[in-house]
Amino acid sequence: MELAYFLAVSVIAVLAAVAVIVSRNSVHSALFMVVNLFCVAMLYLAAEFLAVVQITVYAGAIMVLFLFVVTMLNPAKEETPNRLANRLPLAVALGLVLLVGLSLALQPRFVKVAESAQSQASQAAGGNTQMVGGLLYTQYLLPFELASLLLLVGMVAAVVLGRKRA
Amino acid sequence: MIAPVSHYLVLSGVIFTIGVLGVLVRKNPLIMFMSIELMLNSANLAFVALSYNFKNVDGQVIAFFVMTIAAAEVVVGLAIISSIFRIRVNIDVDEVSSLKG
Repeated sequence: MELAYFLAVSVIAVLAAVAVIVSRNSVHSALFMVVNLFCVAMLYLAAEFLAVVQITVYAGAIMVLFLFVVTMLNPAKEETPNRLANRLPLAVALGLVLLVGLSLALQPRFVKVAESAQSQASQAAGGNTQMVGGLLYTQYLLPFELASLLLLVGMVAAVVLGRKRA
Repeated sequence: MIAPVSHYLVLSGVIFTIGVLGVLVRKNPLIMFMSIELMLNSANLAFVALSYNFKNVDGQVIAFFVMTIAAAEVVVGLAIISSIFRIRVNIDVDEVSSLKG
C-alpha cells in the first residue's frame, strides 16, 4: 500500500523530469519542473521540515524566478478567450479532487498514522523541525552563517548584474 | 520511510541521469539551468533518504544547505543569463563564445 504510493509518486516525478527536458516550450518545462519538485517533496515523509522548505523555497521561489526570466526572454503568445471555456470542467473536477483529498487528510485516523511514522528520537526531541533546528544552531552554526553571507553576496550580484548599462 | 532505501537511491539516480541528459542535449540556457536544478534536487533526495536510513539528522541539514546554495546559484545564474540574452532573439549557448560583456 505504501509502496504503491511511493511508486505512483516516483513515476510522476520521473515523467515530469523527462517532460522538462523534452518540452519545446520553456514555460511548459518550468511548470513540469514544479510538478517534479512537488512530487519529490511528497516523498520526504519523515522529514517534514525539509518538505515544507522544498515547496516554499524550491517550487515557490526559485521556479517563480525561473518563470520571470523565461517569460521575459521568450514572451508567450496571448491566449484567445474561448480556450478558457474548454478547460473549465476539467479544472473544476481537479479542484473537487483536491478538496476531497485535503479533507480526507485531516481526519484523525490519518493524522495518527503520520504521527506514528516519526522515529523515537524525533518524538523525544519534539518533532523533526526541532531536531533539525537544534543541529543547525549548534553543530552547523558556521555553515549557517556562511550560507547567509552567501545569500547576501547573491543579492548584491543580482542587483549589480541587473543594472542598466549607462 | 515507506520504501527500502535502494528504491529512493534508484529514483535519485534516474532523476540525476535525466538532468545530465538535459544539460547535454538542450541548447536553451534556461532549460540547461533547470536540468542542473534537477540534479541538485536528486542529490537532496538521496541525502534525505540516507539520513532516515542511518537515523541521523545531519543529512537533512546538509540538504537544507544544498537548497540554500541552489537558491543563490539560481539568482546569480539567471542574472547572468538575462543580461547576456536580453538583446538576442534566438537563445543559443553555442553562439556566446566571447567573454566581453
